[in-house]
Amino acid sequence: MSKDRVRVVVTGLGATTPLGGDVASTWSALLEGRSGIRTLTEDWIDTVPVKFAGVAAVDPGEVLPRPEARRLDRAEQFAMIAAREAWRDAGAPEVEPTRLGVVVGSGIGGITTILAAYDTYKEKGWARLSPFTVPMLMPNGAAGWIGIEVGARAGVHATVSACATGAESIGYAIEMIKDGRADVVVAGGTEAAIHPLNVGSFAAMRAMSTRNDEPQRASRPFDKGRDGFVLGEGAGIVVLESEEHARARGAKVYAVAAGAGYSSDAHHIAQPEPTGAGIRLAMRRVLENTGLTGADVRHINAHATSTPAGDVVETVAIKEALGSHPLVTATKSMTGHLLGGAGGIESVFTILALSERIVPATINVDDLDDGIEVDIVRVEPRKLPDGQIAAVNNSFGFGGHNVAVAFTTV
Amino acid sequence: MALTEQEILAGLGKIVNEITGIPAAEVTPEKNFVDDLDIDSLSMVEIAVAAQDEFGVEIPDDQLKHLKTVKDVINFIQA
Repeated sequence: MSKDRVRVVVTGLGATTPLGGDVASTWSALLEGRSGIRTLTEDWIDTVPVKFAGVAAVDPGEVLPRPEARRLDRAEQFAMIAAREAWRDAGAPEVEPTRLGVVVGSGIGGITTILAAYDTYKEKGWARLSPFTVPMLMPNGAAGWIGIEVGARAGVHATVSACATGAESIGYAIEMIKDGRADVVVAGGTEAAIHPLNVGSFAAMRAMSTRNDEPQRASRPFDKGRDGFVLGEGAGIVVLESEEHARARGAKVYAVAAGAGYSSDAHHIAQPEPTGAGIRLAMRRVLENTGLTGADVRHINAHATSTPAGDVVETVAIKEALGSHPLVTATKSMTGHLLGGAGGIESVFTILALSERIVPATINVDDLDDGIEVDIVRVEPRKLPDGQIAAVNNSFGFGGHNVAVAFTTV
Repeated sequence: MALTEQEILAGLGKIVNEITGIPAAEVTPEKNFVDDLDIDSLSMVEIAVAAQDEFGVEIPDDQLKHLKTVKDVINFIQA
């Protein structure tokens, strides 16, 4: 418990999602139970079996100056927009550069850049490739650009763990501060993968919903009729800070970032382990690492992607590790699945749920699946109790990565 | 057929603005790309490629490193 000597708090939030171009618009859409999923209009939709996605509500090209946008991959654009919002929200803290870090990852990296650059290479030759192709396609690119933007010299890192990336980044950032490497860290995840190659590849795994006639009903975690995940895009970023640093400058504090629990399945490269052992271990470890008890945890933002294999086993593991009392929600029902961005935006949602003491409802749960014995928030948002409480954001990724990040009220 | 200095300057101003966001009016002959306009070497490559397309003149890498100022580029294109 030696790491308990430093408390880490959340002082800034930023997001750009299928529901809104910032945190406020996204959060109000979540509380209204709106879907951010829509039918795609791209000319390639006839070539793939899935014809809808959670496209970012605000195109980053409309937000960023053109010279900046042209040297950033779309995933980097989202990350930069969300990081700037989070940094502003934190009051643009004055911090010694060698005590300022960045941990921002992406599940896939600059894949639309890679594919477009390969077309350029084939059609026009190497000399017509943008000299920014490499920094655009590398999955640590967003972290690097944000590091330059804020002047971070304590270390810029990018975790890559598929759909657990955003949560793992935030976990790593909490540890950077607890370990004394930094006072302030900008952390989160980003993704921009709505491209026919990705849609086709996920469809080849039979992992995606094909509910083409009802796109807004397609992402339905915990519902019996769920048939796969819905691809989304965007970024979620938080500013984490040692409590001492935040208090000294009088910063607004949303929540305490208590710590993370990690595990890995050692089971299958893409399928969830059927007993939920790895998920359970990650949640037990987050309790061990933070000193929290299962009874303290009153809310869980579940990973729940709306795939037949994953959702129920996660609820079983929640009940075993923490109990059946937490209010469980799956915001992917509204945002779709942002892959590497998921843990970023869902941590933002978990933090807001704690600070505003309200949990958004999971939409599209018409017929709760058998075997779910936890309290799923559906139909409308529900209030969290007063007093000192905790909440957990679960994120799991292909490769067998399991991450549970815990936050508490201040 | 040869372009005037003014025509090349206008074209270069547009390219530099598109790539870096620097106002075209600031792209004047005496300006040094690195010292005055704060343009990095990667952006210089982009500018050179765009200039080749715009003016139909090949700018080899071993020449590019000698083109320090806007006037150097204009002279190269006119030569």
